[in-house]
Amino acid sequence: MNRPLHPTRRHLLAAGAAFALPGALPGSLGGAFAQAPITVGMLYVGPRDDFGYNQAHAEAAAQLKKMPGIKLVEEENVPETQAVQKSMQGMISQDGATLLFPTSFGYFDPHMLAIAGKNPKVRFSHCGGMWTKGKHPDNTGSFFGYIDEAQYLNGVIAGHMSKSKKLGFVAAKPIPQVLRNINAFTMGARSVDPKITTNVIFTGDWSMPVKEAEATNGLADQGVDVFTCHVDGPKVVMETAAKRGKMVCGYHASQAKLAPQAYLTGAEWNWLTAYTQILEAARTGKPHPNFVRGGLKEGFVKSSPYGAMVSEGARKNAEDVRKKMMAGAFDIFGGELKDNTGKVVVPKGKVFKQTDVELEGMNYLVEGVIGKA
Amino acid sequence: MSTLRDSAEALALPLLALAGGLALFGAFVWFDGHDPLQAWALLFRGAFGDAFSLQNTLQRAAPLMLTALAVALPARVGLTVIGGEGALVLGGLACAALPVLLPGLIPGGTAGATLLLLAAGVAGAAWIALAGALRQFRGVNETISSLLLGYIAIALFKHIVEGPLRDPASLNKPSTLPLPESLRIGTIGAYDVHWGLVFGVVACLLAAFWLSATTHGLATRVVGGNLRAARLVGLPADRLVITACALGGAAAGLAGGIEVAAVHQSANASLIVGLGYTGILVSFVARHHPLAIIPVAILFGGFLAAGSLLQRRMGLPDASVQVLMGFCFVFILASEAWRGRLGTLFAVRRAPVTLPAGGAAGAA
Amino acid sequence: MDGGAFFDVLLAVLGGAIRVGTPFLFVSLGECLTEKAGRINLGLEGVLVFSAMAGFAGSFLGGHWWLGVLLAGASGALIAALHGLVASLPRVNDIAAGIAIMLLGTGLAFYLGKPLIQPQAEQIPSLALGAWSDSPQVSAALSINALFPLGVLLALVLAWGLKNTAWGLTVRMVGDSAEAARALGTSVAAVRIAATTAGGFIAGLGGASLSLYYPGSWNEGLSSGQGLIAVALVIFARWHPVRCLWAALIFGGAGALGPALQSVGISGYYYLFNAMPYALTLAILVATCSPRKNLAGAPMELGVSR
Repeated sequence: MNRPLHPTRRHLLAAGAAFALPGALPGSLGGAFAQAPITVGMLYVGPRDDFGYNQAHAEAAAQLKKMPGIKLVEEENVPETQAVQKSMQGMISQDGATLLFPTSFGYFDPHMLAIAGKNPKVRFSHCGGMWTKGKHPDNTGSFFGYIDEAQYLNGVIAGHMSKSKKLGFVAAKPIPQVLRNINAFTMGARSVDPKITTNVIFTGDWSMPVKEAEATNGLADQGVDVFTCHVDGPKVVMETAAKRGKMVCGYHASQAKLAPQAYLTGAEWNWLTAYTQILEAARTGKPHPNFVRGGLKEGFVKSSPYGAMVSEGARKNAEDVRKKMMAGAFDIFGGELKDNTGKVVVPKGKVFKQTDVELEGMNYLVEGVIGKA
Repeated sequence: MSTLRDSAEALALPLLALAGGLALFGAFVWFDGHDPLQAWALLFRGAFGDAFSLQNTLQRAAPLMLTALAVALPARVGLTVIGGEGALVLGGLACAALPVLLPGLIPGGTAGATLLLLAAGVAGAAWIALAGALRQFRGVNETISSLLLGYIAIALFKHIVEGPLRDPASLNKPSTLPLPESLRIGTIGAYDVHWGLVFGVVACLLAAFWLSATTHGLATRVVGGNLRAARLVGLPADRLVITACALGGAAAGLAGGIEVAAVHQSANASLIVGLGYTGILVSFVARHHPLAIIPVAILFGGFLAAGSLLQRRMGLPDASVQVLMGFCFVFILASEAWRGRLGTLFAVRRAPVTLPAGGAAGAA
Repeated sequence: MDGGAFFDVLLAVLGGAIRVGTPFLFVSLGECLTEKAGRINLGLEGVLVFSAMAGFAGSFLGGHWWLGVLLAGASGALIAALHGLVASLPRVNDIAAGIAIMLLGTGLAFYLGKPLIQPQAEQIPSLALGAWSDSPQVSAALSINALFPLGVLLALVLAWGLKNTAWGLTVRMVGDSAEAARALGTSVAAVRIAATTAGGFIAGLGGASLSLYYPGSWNEGLSSGQGLIAVALVIFARWHPVRCLWAALIFGGAGALGPALQSVGISGYYYLFNAMPYALTLAILVATCSPRKNLAGAPMELGVSR
């Protein structure tokens, strides 16, 4: 069985770069984007094709590149050191980039801030950082999505589909963004059945294939039958769980192709929404959006299509919740909420909106999660 | 005459090897469907082409000089130590941790920064000296022990940075508390290169001086050349070995401390990026001579700097720089085989001279 | 930790010993052969990563897992042969050559492997040795890589061959005393290159195990220094192939300990648990080495024992 080698993203993008229109388009093409050409720089901390975090960004960037007048320069595997500062500066000085998207959390402080200070006319939009007015320069900004909403929906589906009532979560590090996902997933499942528990294992770093496989196997040995994860490349967790005959919920991007028999649904980024917002502002000369956040409602995140095995009841439940989220009428983190040591972390009557900054500092695991933050 | 030829050869061999490595790299990318001429042009441009590239190169070379010393100094005493990465992270941790562990006792400004870097050096020194001690007193192969110690150091580092010394405000990127402003290391004047470069160059110069002009350094080289002979002569081999390891480790630790003080302002996982491992490469290519480390580090810094351009302009994967460095390294190693015989490559064959009968026997 | 949880951890460690230990087994056997001939090959890390990539490519492009395994072995042999050749040149230090090959091997693997990160390839089949058990844990722990029995067989064959056959004697002689070997007319360089190449083939099988069985996929973080650790394992095993098997299992089990403990609820300190295998190896080396006696079993030409 001979299959032609799948055209690599690299080749696609390289081909695309050759076609990027250098000059301004005639006005007949119309629309808000028929303006001066702009060079956009993207920086990834890992490989673009990791079926996960970086790929989600790269896919959106590939869409950006298709837009007329956009020239895209990308660098991957840029470590969070001086190297990224040099890369960013190189994109600005050597390639003429005027809008940069450093996509890894660790690029924010001090690296992006340092380069932003030296290049006040260039716009920087960081993924995941906490831009604060007064503390950070105006030509910088941060954007992020409330993917915990999609993880909540993952949890709802998992809650219906799990037979052992035990869920598994393979996570990299216990930082707030990860804890928020673990909690949302668990709470979604427990909204279906309060007896459901989630076992979490931390591997210690964002990309550790052998540890992730071990963690998955260990959890499967414990009787877990639905898995999700928060690591840079979910491929290993998904495949290992599927090999053990378990079900999976995807994360970052859709891994349905990897395990079609086992893939229930997934929480995916839809970075294009954020990118186009920021790009539009740059092209039309509007002020740089400094703090861009959104969830399902704003189209910043989305869910993968349901697998064929997902039951009617599960779908209906999830869609009901989704409708409420889209209408802005559903808050995940509302009181009374206890953590898994019994302490009350959200008092009765208090409700946190997704945009509340306290959530960005989450440092607990909710009741029902077996593990330590 | 022969020493001149030796020096010319010492320069020509690595240069030829480098040219070979570059040529092979060009062939490699050509097979992969890219233009080798463009690749070579971008390599040059990205490394030395303009002011930005030059500063980029120097900036990346700075820590490499120090981590290379961590391999070179033990190598001169006869050990092959490859645990510089571990020494670097522990040095960085010590530098970041000192203001936290001794609050109020660290003065501001240069004095304080010096203390921090000293702590970094001590931490690194202790770690590599441990490998040396294990070798001298327990007979454990130092390459393996330094490697294992390196992994252990990284694990300790991660545990401490994300646990006891974690800055609660560093939410999504666990780090230690940031250094106070006055203790940070800045850039050299208006250039985009921090003072770490000066530390690296000075360290290499001092190491070269120590090895060639001081009794202690000479004794170290004797131990490195022939351990048994050194012991017979009465040199304190154990002490010399451990000292050389400590000095090498101090250099790596210093590199870690500088990364914290000049670049990150706190210790976190961004310190673990393979600077120690690239230092191994630099040291071997420089044949463990501290003076040679300076240009070799700059060369490798140039390669790393050019890697960005290769990615952005040609769409080559970032591993292409690794491939290039691999080719160059293999060629440079292989070129050693021609040392002393480079002349034969270019020699003109002359007709053999026949001696008068009996003359050769009488002269022998 | 109650009895049930203790048993769970034990089972996970056992399963992990085989799962995680299989690459260690092959790489340490390959290194053992190489070192018996008096050469130390640190480049096995590069061999491991490259052959993992090649194995995945073979299975993906060729469609069959055994094509992948063969390609992995062949490419491992190729890269190791390069090390053998370079290290055989005069004045070239074994360790430096090894580091060069490590760099080149991993660089080439990452470069050529870019299109392989996404796709899936046919995996090496499992032997369901645990099918007799009702418990899913036991059957999973005993469901082993089809290459593992091959590895065990290889260890036995290698041990027997080194002791009882002519080539085994030649290899050992070259490793213990190059002078004696030369006096007998054997080409020391040829034997060493052959041993290194064969060792590379064996190590390549370990690479196939990584990318085609566990974790069963190719990406750039696949190896966390396993090739380098194999060198330590060989010393730990005193250059005896069958002890390499035990060493690999112990190491694999130690690697599985961290996640296993977390899955039964003992969290925290996971970095330290992840470092357990390295600390264990170091401790054993410190305890068993001695500066005065040469390490028993060490090939004299190796220079690891002083």
